[in-house]
Amino acid sequence: MDHIYLDHAATTPVHPEVVKEMVPVLEGIFGNPSSVHHYGRQARKILDQARSTIAHSIGANEKEIVFTSGGTEADNMALLGVARQEQHKGKHIITTSVEHHATLRTAEYLEKQGFEVTYLPVDKNGFISITDLENNLREDTILVSVMYVNNEVGSIQPIQDIGELLKEHQAYFHTDAVQAYGLLSIDVNQLGVDLLSTSAHKIYGPKGIGFLYVREGIQLEPTQYGGEQERKRRAGTENTAAVKGFQAAVELVNNEREGRNHQYNSFKTIFMQGLKEKGVSFTINGDSQHTVSSIINLSFPGTNVESLLTNFDLSGIAASSGSACTAGSVEPSHVLSAMYGSNDERTTNSIRFSFGIANDEEQVKTSAEKVADIVNRLTR
Amino acid sequence: MIYLDNSATTSPYPEVLESFRKVSESYYGNPSSIHQFGGEAEKLLHKATKQAANLLKVDSSELIFTSGGTESNNLAIKGIALQHQNRGRHIITTQIEHPSVLEACQALESHGFDVTYLSVDAEGKIDMEQLKNEIRDDTILISVMHVNNELGTIQPIKQIADIVIKHPKLFFHVDHVQGLGKISLDFTHPGIHLCSMSSHKIHGLKGTGLLYIQSGTTLSPLLHGGGQQSSTRPGTENLAGIVAMVKAMRLTFEKQKHGYGHLIKLSDIIRNLLQKDDRIMINTPRDGAPHILNISVPKFKPEVVIHALGKKNIFISTKSACSSKHSDESAVLAACGLGMERTHYGLRISLSYQNTEEEVRQFCKEFKEVLDELNEVMR
Repeated sequence: MDHIYLDHAATTPVHPEVVKEMVPVLEGIFGNPSSVHHYGRQARKILDQARSTIAHSIGANEKEIVFTSGGTEADNMALLGVARQEQHKGKHIITTSVEHHATLRTAEYLEKQGFEVTYLPVDKNGFISITDLENNLREDTILVSVMYVNNEVGSIQPIQDIGELLKEHQAYFHTDAVQAYGLLSIDVNQLGVDLLSTSAHKIYGPKGIGFLYVREGIQLEPTQYGGEQERKRRAGTENTAAVKGFQAAVELVNNEREGRNHQYNSFKTIFMQGLKEKGVSFTINGDSQHTVSSIINLSFPGTNVESLLTNFDLSGIAASSGSACTAGSVEPSHVLSAMYGSNDERTTNSIRFSFGIANDEEQVKTSAEKVADIVNRLTR
Repeated sequence: MIYLDNSATTSPYPEVLESFRKVSESYYGNPSSIHQFGGEAEKLLHKATKQAANLLKVDSSELIFTSGGTESNNLAIKGIALQHQNRGRHIITTQIEHPSVLEACQALESHGFDVTYLSVDAEGKIDMEQLKNEIRDDTILISVMHVNNELGTIQPIKQIADIVIKHPKLFFHVDHVQGLGKISLDFTHPGIHLCSMSSHKIHGLKGTGLLYIQSGTTLSPLLHGGGQQSSTRPGTENLAGIVAMVKAMRLTFEKQKHGYGHLIKLSDIIRNLLQKDDRIMINTPRDGAPHILNISVPKFKPEVVIHALGKKNIFISTKSACSSKHSDESAVLAACGLGMERTHYGLRISLSYQNTEEEVRQFCKEFKEVLDELNEVMR
């Protein structure tokens, strides 16, 4: 049986082009970028080139890119770094109730450290309200952290509007763009963000590498100390090969983004069409307009997540209930709970399907058929 | 090319690259995903962790994969300090630790912790009596590196661990980054609670490290997020990097069994050949680790020597790559109380099991030639 992977929001396969770019670095350019000799300089050059490509991909300059071990570290660095550095200006932080756990758990940790955190609610489509944010802004607010694209339902938050609102406020604006990077065109200046997190393994790059964009002039207390790498903002020998892989993944995005979006949108349509044709009863969680092309979150009334996922998996369809990071045990989704209330049955009967470049139309049609059969069998 | 800077980083073994590539291509699932792809990745993760645990003779649950040695050191030191600060806020370390230990300690000092930096003798060794005397009721952590990265000095880890077990409130962290695969460490000693390791120093890949956390030892995580690795280190696991590290460990441990004598032989050859030249002073003690040899060549600027050697395709280093940008003076040699003529003119030669006798002989020959040439210029 051929397995069909519809869980690209959890992680993506490494693109063959990315592997191809990494291999020569792994094999030949193993020097420590901090070493002053030839091998070190060779490695340093790889880092510099990648940093430049990546900075340009979000309209930033090279100095503003801090490579991290991934999205979780980038989110932590932003929240902990700002909180610890800026606490003399205030101890209030605003975020949302639908963030990734890398943000939520860090915010909760900061609460234990004496910070006050406001978790903005979202509406039934998963969006925060700008007025709500405005009302919650205080003189002692030092950070606002709102994810660009939600990882479970794909909703795109009004980042530019938030950036606009915060222009005249002392609070720094952080956005977790892990799910947005690679699908949306991002310009940090246009958006008005001060900090932005990404991860390579969500865009067909390797695991273990991400970056935090830090607007020039912003000081962060580092999460780890040691050597002077990354302008003293993130110590540790740089992961040269992974950085090169990240660069390759970004270059692919630069060339393919529009094509990918177009393709995923058509996958979405085909998929739902397939379900409808088989008479499956389902609803879409979230807005069908302001979402990314790759993610669709569907509720199947009369089913439950666990039996759906088990049956999908047995028939070769890999999907998920939400964030992989909360998986392992299938708990009701905190995102859907925030949208609908924790007692709503949609929190326990919804599945996230996320498309990617490894999928083709045939696969999408096949998976719609299989999903339809399973749902129909379970709800008969 | 003669690469003698293996303490800065090593070239990955071909088998390691093969593993990395295979896992990247075939096991791309997120280990936390509950479907087939995730399940396969998770199974492989467990298998790799189990293998690493067997190699170190510890339990799988005692190992946490990190992004490298720096993160491991930070997680151990800050993690223990923050978790156990109610029991005391005093930490003991040494003056010659890696920057990732020293700076983590300095950061804790700025948060109200009290840190004692043990001095070392001319060979870079701590004084056990001084260590004993510095332990106080409020001491919660001792952090001492096994093998010094610049000097190769081996600290008496077992003796320290023996003392630590007499103090039930005390944790002991060992930075084993330079020792792994070279100088054995008894992980089963009850007095060793935490131990940092790095993959790229043993022919693995950059971006992966390990922290051993003895069962029963609790620490506050550096990062918060998903529940990965018992929430001690959240973030999607870098499975390909992890499998590559375990492969590198296995291969390096194999080589350690049969190749340790080879390292000693190489080290002796360099030592004996360089010793004959009275321009050169050898800083590494006789009983130091055989893969690191630190020397001083007074009056010869280290950068100039390195550059000249580089032209001959020979690569050594001044001091730690992590502190390369600082002033000329080696903080480690300075802590040993060596004079200016040595602290400012230090060079490090660091070996791997892959280096050959011919390479080191060639190095010694070319090294002297470089000094002769520079001597001409300087005159």
